[in-house]
Amino acid sequence: MTVKIKEWPGTALSSRDIEEGRVLTVRHKLRAEYEWDAGVAIGRYLRELKNGRLIARRCGGCERTLLPPRMFCEECFTPTSEWVYVGATGTVNTFSICYVRWDVVRLKEPLLPAVITVDGASPGMGILHLLGEVRPDDIRVGMRVQAVWKSPDEREGAITDIKYWKPIQGG
Amino acid sequence: MAKVAVVGAGMTKFVRRAQETGPELSWQAAKMALDSAGLTLKDVDAVVIGSAPDAFDGVHMKGEYLAEGAGAWRKPCIRGFVGGGTGVFSPIQGWYHVASGQFDTVLVVCEEKMSSCHPHPQGAFITIFDHITERPLGPNLLWIFALEMNRYMTVHGITKEEIALVAVKNKKNALDHPCSQLGAELTVQDILDSEVLAWPVNRLDVSPASDGAAAIVMCAEHVAKRVSDKPVWVEGVGWHLDTAYWTNRDLYYPRYVEYAARMAYEMAGIKEPRKEIHIVEPYDPFDYKELHHLEGLLLCDRGQAARLTADGVTQRDGDLPVCPSGGLLGVGNPIAAAGLMKVCELFWQLRGEAGKRQVPGTPRRGLAQAWGDLMQVGTVVILGR
Amino acid sequence: MREKLTNPDHVRTWPGTIPVEHVYTVGVAGEAFLRAIKERGRLVAVGCPGCGTDYLPPRLYCERCFEKTGEVREVEARGTVDTFTVAHRDLEGHPLEKPQVYAFVRIDGTGGGLVHRLGEVDPDDVHIGMEVQAVFLPPAQRTGSILDIVNFKPAE
Repeated sequence: MTVKIKEWPGTALSSRDIEEGRVLTVRHKLRAEYEWDAGVAIGRYLRELKNGRLIARRCGGCERTLLPPRMFCEECFTPTSEWVYVGATGTVNTFSICYVRWDVVRLKEPLLPAVITVDGASPGMGILHLLGEVRPDDIRVGMRVQAVWKSPDEREGAITDIKYWKPIQGG
Repeated sequence: MAKVAVVGAGMTKFVRRAQETGPELSWQAAKMALDSAGLTLKDVDAVVIGSAPDAFDGVHMKGEYLAEGAGAWRKPCIRGFVGGGTGVFSPIQGWYHVASGQFDTVLVVCEEKMSSCHPHPQGAFITIFDHITERPLGPNLLWIFALEMNRYMTVHGITKEEIALVAVKNKKNALDHPCSQLGAELTVQDILDSEVLAWPVNRLDVSPASDGAAAIVMCAEHVAKRVSDKPVWVEGVGWHLDTAYWTNRDLYYPRYVEYAARMAYEMAGIKEPRKEIHIVEPYDPFDYKELHHLEGLLLCDRGQAARLTADGVTQRDGDLPVCPSGGLLGVGNPIAAAGLMKVCELFWQLRGEAGKRQVPGTPRRGLAQAWGDLMQVGTVVILGR
Repeated sequence: MREKLTNPDHVRTWPGTIPVEHVYTVGVAGEAFLRAIKERGRLVAVGCPGCGTDYLPPRLYCERCFEKTGEVREVEARGTVDTFTVAHRDLEGHPLEKPQVYAFVRIDGTGGGLVHRLGEVDPDDVHIGMEVQAVFLPPAQRTGSILDIVNFKPAE
């Protein structure tokens, strides 16, 4: 019976065991480079970002305005029916103050990711983006924000054509 | 549907880096599970393997790679994968293999070897973000947890201090687990003083990256009665998926966990889960997730899980012991193996074989739950004796 | 979908990578195998005490009966070509300077074998059933890798 087991299997190594070659290892770098198709809905979304506008899709079935836009409604499982421009203002739904990069290297200046629900889209339709021109301690859930765009000649048709979202003064 | 029993369980130590290869870890856990049931590989009709993305181990066709160590030589074998929910989904797959009547005895093996992945498993994790609308912003996996935790705290007015109590409890419970990676006696202040990674998430709010494997043996009633004097029965299973448009959902509440739990409760004939579930192993990769999931499992009112924790209800000797194993925060988090470890813990607890971790009294029924992907997968298993 | 792209400028892709590399431990059985190559210039195999199945490279356990395997034993680094292929292009599809023969070599006196390069032989002369032997790097150059074996060549 397991309760009587004294020695459980598994051999723990330290990072030095590997660095100093006390155990043998094989290294391999994954050469995984991709070209992902933007597709129909996100292709248009990116072109409109280059124009300095946010666009969503409306579903004729449930009448929701979906952002990010998609060509089908996952609830009604029918094609969405029309393109709708939405505002470049919104509300902070939640946020974080992030001090590490993806590989856990420490950042000098924290990144301020947030889910922002966008005005003109249906309630709860948020996107992931960054906050800026704000002290981390001043950020609040519910804070009103507006998009800060790159200049037209800097835009490339990317989500980063919006530099970040900043608080609306008096909002 | 035919009744399905669990008659054996095994696991390796959970460690930051294991010398063993994935198949070797799988064999160690699977062999222990078979030995504990007094069975051999000849008794196994089919094998279910659970393992998270191939990019962690760095091996494609990981199911086939692990198969021989999981006992699948010349047997029907399937590898299931539902993100972090995999470890509790694999026994559900084992259940339907047997409940269908197709197989009498099934070996379920979950493995993860995250140490292979350099510079950090996050390099693979970041691909869960949409590669066009999210990844250009430079996200890391912590973001979704930090954003969800902040939303949860804000909606309910819960503090980091209250949440840190979960990490303190689970890491302490793990001191009694012979396989634990991070068992420790810590204070709330230790958690709060640890490095801030992505506010509100500090380093000690987070489970580690780990290597390890776990396994169980599942069988039909007629086999269980022959080979075991203490079979533990699968009373309920449930699983559910929410949309991958995660920024279109309110993150404060895990609806997918609720739907998975309702499915399992209905199958088990459970009307009042708070009275009828005696021991819980919810998924706890981050401390707030334990609270979040207790609410999704309908084991307390929304926003009330922190109070249960503060009142000591979720301690091993409390009214509703939660993560008596030590959870992912304490035992470790080799993703799929961590979920199955929770099912192993229920098996040992319900049989009175959990040693120093044994919950007082005689728990009759327990629930294990896992969760994963972009906070959208819920998987639930209820075991009873 | 109803919407069709008619302007090819609107076809948009997004580049990206999965930025990871892997450091694999060779494992318990792999350690015994590669240490024998590195330190002694020898191959080792292992048998199953339960069912007698023999493994080269060695395994920690028997996949057929799940018993732990026994002690490894040294074997001659010789065998026969079980099957082979002749590569004319590299991974990127560029022509190789010289065709390279890859073979599965069954190792004498064991239940297993290795996929490796064949050398010191004209590709036209390679045949199934050909007897070959391993050529090891000089001891000082070995790192504990399968490439400590340079290739297999026709047996002397």
